[in-house]
Amino acid sequence: MNAFRQLLKRDVMLTFREGGAVGTALGFYVMVITLLPLGIGPDLNLLARIAPGLLWVALMLAALLSLGRLFETDLEDGSLDVLATAGLPLEAVAAVKCLAHWLGTAVPLVIMAPVLGLLLNLPLDAYLPLVMSMLVGTPAVSFVGGIGAALTLKARRGGMLIALLMLPLFVPTLIFGIETVAGAVVDSGAFWPSFLILSAISLASIVLAPLAIAAALRLQVQ
Amino acid sequence: MKLVADGLTLVRGTRTLQSGLSFSVDRGTALLVTGANGVGKSTLLRAIAGLFPASAGRVRLDGAADPDAIAEAAHYFGHLNAVKSGMTVEENTRFWCGYLGGKAQNVLAALETFGLLPLRDIPAGYLSAGQKRRLGLARLLVAERPVWLLDEPATSLDVASQAVVANVVNRHLAAGGIVLAATHVPLGLSPATELALKAAA
Amino acid sequence: MHQASPPAQTFTQRFANPTRFMALSAKLLPWIAAAAVLLIAIGLVMGLQAPVDYQQGHTAKIMYVHVPAAWLSMAGYSLIAISSFGLLVFRHPLADVSAKAAAPIGAAFTLLCLVTGSLWGKPMWGAFWVWDPRLTSVLILFFLYMGLIALRSAIEDEALASKLTAILALVGIVILPVIKFSVEWNSLHQPASVMRLGAPKIHPSLLWPLLVMALGLTMAFIAMHMKGMQNEILRRRVKALRAAEVQQAAGYAAPQAAV
Repeated sequence: MNAFRQLLKRDVMLTFREGGAVGTALGFYVMVITLLPLGIGPDLNLLARIAPGLLWVALMLAALLSLGRLFETDLEDGSLDVLATAGLPLEAVAAVKCLAHWLGTAVPLVIMAPVLGLLLNLPLDAYLPLVMSMLVGTPAVSFVGGIGAALTLKARRGGMLIALLMLPLFVPTLIFGIETVAGAVVDSGAFWPSFLILSAISLASIVLAPLAIAAALRLQVQ
Repeated sequence: MKLVADGLTLVRGTRTLQSGLSFSVDRGTALLVTGANGVGKSTLLRAIAGLFPASAGRVRLDGAADPDAIAEAAHYFGHLNAVKSGMTVEENTRFWCGYLGGKAQNVLAALETFGLLPLRDIPAGYLSAGQKRRLGLARLLVAERPVWLLDEPATSLDVASQAVVANVVNRHLAAGGIVLAATHVPLGLSPATELALKAAA
Repeated sequence: MHQASPPAQTFTQRFANPTRFMALSAKLLPWIAAAAVLLIAIGLVMGLQAPVDYQQGHTAKIMYVHVPAAWLSMAGYSLIAISSFGLLVFRHPLADVSAKAAAPIGAAFTLLCLVTGSLWGKPMWGAFWVWDPRLTSVLILFFLYMGLIALRSAIEDEALASKLTAILALVGIVILPVIKFSVEWNSLHQPASVMRLGAPKIHPSLLWPLLVMALGLTMAFIAMHMKGMQNEILRRRVKALRAAEVQQAAGYAAPQAAV
């Protein structure tokens, strides 16, 4: 357990330090949400209707930006060699790194989301469902995204490639995330089913993704 | 306790680097792995560490509680240092100490041994190549492992630092540890035997 | 801990030898290709002669290509998933060749399904694309295929590329049902979506052309897959020969002086 905590602490700390990914991700999120109304036009009713979708999609893109480097630095400086052989099993290492990404990058983005909702005229009763859906749905983004990070570790054009690989896999989380918000605003009957399915997808990702990630990492430390 | 390799075959792609390699290393002795570039020294060490899957053969640690769990009983030190530029010297070592299950009081002693104590609060990114190498080596001292797998430990090190490394390794041997080292530089490890690898036919 | 890999399963052992596969497929391929051409021709004739759907007119006949293409796009991905499983778990020597050959063919059938679906929908709804749930999941399937092809081409080490692509294929096949479910759910709960590609009622005289076309297109898939596998095996042989040439010239066979 101590090894788990040590690695988690280290990775979250590194995310927030100079050169860490959180600044870029937040900056990107703000930029995209600012540009969209400029492109779509200031029709407040239209923006209010599509705000949950825009906030979700832009959050996923911002999270994808930083996922690419999830394992890169550890591979480059040789830490991955040690992590793969000593201390925790590689599946646990994978889980810690995805969890660190969630805590260090995804959660700050989720905190930023309601602030950006102001720019998009998000309806008042959508704020809480939005944050709830994002908190519950973003673990799937971090963990499934981790699979993409592990697969593209040694690939050329890794940055763009991970987006191509991961976006189809994010579709269920995206759909149920937006449905959760829409359900709360339009008709609260739809809120709970979507929310529960969203949680189930995240839980399944947390359990299964580390297996695929560890398998991919083992092939690349040889 | 004895490290025994039995019929190890190492294949990278279509090239068979080594075939049917067998040797043993008793406790308290060092095995110096020598050979030309590309013959498979690094691959052999990585295979014993558990990073590289051998195509055939086995490695076991006779006398240990779990003879097959070599990775858990070994420190692997390769070409890279496993040092994070964004963390200070002390933070780097403290992390590995906590992660590898070492005692917290070993950290400062390890830094002192490698002459890094005055630099403890400097971010590792500012260190020279030799200093980073020494910081990486400090990992060997914070947590105890019976087997040390060292791949060119003396790279980037000046003569004084090489002597420190030799000292550290010899102390580990004297305490009954097992060392496999691939090295071009004569480190003066003792007692030591040599395993000269030849290219597979 | 460092044991050699377990022996391949007996069931596929007979076909595991690439040389035997080349010999067998060389004999079978002309027949399968001929059957494909024949069946597709017959199917097209039957389809064009079949009774016209009273609602959708002649455009409904595009179903004879669209529906089999949809089946084959799913079957292709399943084939890749099974081959990937064979590679990672059983180390079957032909598994990776099969997966690599199937990807572009499956992607092509997926694209065919999308294009025919779009052409079918245009007269009905006036738009080329309306986010019909079935077509949307086929579109996402297309991106999954593209991902497999892109990942394989982005990694230089071929052995590594094949195993990583296999992992991606297995991850994809696990998530695919969830994707289909979520897209269906989405269309059920979105207020605006009432447009669906309804399949015309299957009257017996409509069923036969469909089955013949399905069989013909399947034969075509198999023929192209076999040809693709043959090409890949030959390409790997050439590569191995070239690598051996390079090794000989580099003198690794001769002992080297110690540094």
